Amino acid sequence: MNIVVCVKQTPDTAATVTVSDGEVSWGDAPLVLNPWDEYAVEQALLSKEAHGGKVTAISLGSEGAKDALKQALAMGCEEAILINDPAFENADSLVVSKALAAAITKLGEIDLAFFGRQAVDSDTGVTFAQVARRLGWPALSLVAKVEALDPGAGTIAVERMLGSARQRLQTKLPAVVSVVKEINEPRYPSFMGIRKASKAEIPVWSKADIDLAEVPEAALRWPEIFAPPKIETECEFIEGETAEEVANKLADRLVEEKVI
Amino acid sequence: MSSKVCVYVDHFQGRSSPASWEAIGVATKIGETLGGGVAAIVLGEKVEELAKHAIEHGADEVLLVDDASLKDYIPETHASVLSKLVTDAGAEVLLLPTTDRTRELAGMVAVDLETGVTPDVVDVEVKDGALIATRPIYAGKLMTKETCTTKPHVLTLRGRAFPKPEPETGRSGNVNKVDVKVEAVTTEVLGYGESEAGVTLSDAATIVSGGRGVSNNPKLEPPAEITVEQEQEIWRAQQGFELVRSLAGVLGAAVGASRAAVDAGYIPYINQVGQTGKVVSPDLYIACGISGAIQHLAGMRTSKNIVAINKDSEAPIFKLARFGVVGDLFDIVPPLTSALKERLGK
Ligand SMILES: Cc1cc2nc3c(=O)[nH]c(=O)nc-3n(C[C@H](O)[C@H](O)[C@H](O)COP(=O)(O)OP(=O)(O)OC[C@H]3O[C@@H](n4cnc5c(N)ncnc54)[C@H](O)[C@@H]3O)c2cc1C
Ligand SMILES: Nc1ncnc2c1ncn2[C@@H]1O[C@H](COP(=O)(O)O)[C@@H](O)[C@H]1O
Repeated sequence: MNIVVCVKQTPDTAATVTVSDGEVSWGDAPLVLNPWDEYAVEQALLSKEAHGGKVTAISLGSEGAKDALKQALAMGCEEAILINDPAFENADSLVVSKALAAAITKLGEIDLAFFGRQAVDSDTGVTFAQVARRLGWPALSLVAKVEALDPGAGTIAVERMLGSARQRLQTKLPAVVSVVKEINEPRYPSFMGIRKASKAEIPVWSKADIDLAEVPEAALRWPEIFAPPKIETECEFIEGETAEEVANKLADRLVEEKVI
Repeated sequence: MSSKVCVYVDHFQGRSSPASWEAIGVATKIGETLGGGVAAIVLGEKVEELAKHAIEHGADEVLLVDDASLKDYIPETHASVLSKLVTDAGAEVLLLPTTDRTRELAGMVAVDLETGVTPDVVDVEVKDGALIATRPIYAGKLMTKETCTTKPHVLTLRGRAFPKPEPETGRSGNVNKVDVKVEAVTTEVLGYGESEAGVTLSDAATIVSGGRGVSNNPKLEPPAEITVEQEQEIWRAQQGFELVRSLAGVLGAAVGASRAAVDAGYIPYINQVGQTGKVVSPDLYIACGISGAIQHLAGMRTSKNIVAINKDSEAPIFKLARFGVVGDLFDIVPPLTSALKERLGK
């Protein structure tokens, strides 16, 4: 099978993120492979291991995003491609999806494209659906389990999250699949994998390389980025001689303050 | 009639998400400023009841596509129909509640109409005829205002971030049954897994959550046949979650959990609150045996009132809590459950 996995580089989730003069900063916190995308990489690798073929990781980002791609290579992806072009500087999801769809088209003969649920920096969670739409492929989103993958018949069956229910779906390949955390346990890169990845030359594709003559302007503007108002709370500690006393005092306070 | 604001009424087999009505409330407000009416869009099979509710919550008209091919939610089908209706209505704004279905739907419609999509909006204002949407980024560590240069601006609105309008029974409005040719797609629904019982996290006004601490009751002796240490821990945790569930039951609350509890196998992933779980914003959030890691806080920091029960007085969760109890949850939760039961007259 010919499999693609789209990955983004994001600041670590533990980072303290600040903004000044519209510039976002995460201090010296490390940049990592978007946590959701680890599950996507793992699922791409599992599919390849079960059915043969290869996995190509794609990222649109700065030169530094090669580190995220190296992580994907270290986990076991065969190839990685960075899409980097000044034309994508102020991209919104509409533009990113255009670039990713163009890159997938350029690769040709792809059976499956895996995505994470959401990028932990922009928190958009729509890119996979937009790429699928642009490609005209079905989107299987928020997949918690792959029930069957049959490259011979060209079908995939999954279980997806749907609010408090789960929906079981089947569709034809090629398809876009976005995954949630429940689907697997991402592997740690092996020592050999890390060594191989550190030496890998990652090709950089410009807009011309993905046959995009015109990159549209982003539809969205971000006139203001700001820190949310600090939540000022002084914790009122409830104390007492016995657990019963504490529980009753707390219950009374919740009623007094009309919390319940 | 031209409707400048369209609202997609999200539902699962006829059961609507309350956030759909909140979206109609927002649409009414925007509509007053932009001029033009509010059209609710209802897609499904035998969903006329929802059309009525949409009118009662403030929609001027409903565009109803009642068709067997829309019985099951399939993103491609629903997106195509929605794109067509929104285009025909000449909408300037499309609002959807944020749910597991609508982010993808919003994204697809935005591609169909080559326009911008702003997900998970928590505030909306209209300034000089332009819509400005505010939403959290970096898991709520920052906020951004977004505007859109193309029309319609597609927004999904976070549940419980906006007031739910009081329904007005008998309110009148036009329900237009629209005939849309629904194109066949390759995706078929094989069926539905068991749906989780209880209150849905994202809609819940009250949530009681358990963390790793719920497994930590050394006084509990697992049955003799459970000999593996990990299974003993899970058994203890399940007893702990029973306490959490009883408390939730008294409050009519949903049950949440930290990732540590989910990863250890104490409770399914669907209950996870946080950056890689659900983002919730209840009136009351009770955290039992949860330390308050930054990724957990990302999912619940906007709760109106937080109560924390933790053995460790230094646990970061107390920095966000309005009320705190430093103590063993196994001592505190049972009498708290009884005390609340009494206060609530249950
Ligand atoms: C990429 C990434 C994403 C993540 N996403 C999430 C997420 O979505 N949601 C999430 O929750 N976490 C997430 N995490 C994990 C997060 O960092 C923490 O590890 C996790 O939240 C800790 O869960 P906890 O508070 O239950 O456990 P701990 O941190 O172990 O805390 C347990 C607490 O219970 C208390 N305790 C123990 N016994 C008792 C008792 N008997 N009575 C009272 N108190 C007791 C202890 O004092 C302690 O404070 C993520 C991490 C990463 C790296
Ligand atoms: N710049 C990017 N490069 C590659 N993949 C991306 C990029 N942005 C988003 N994705 C993919 O799309 C998913 C959803 O991202 P988003 O819609 O930005 O929240 C991510 O988990 C990635 O799999």
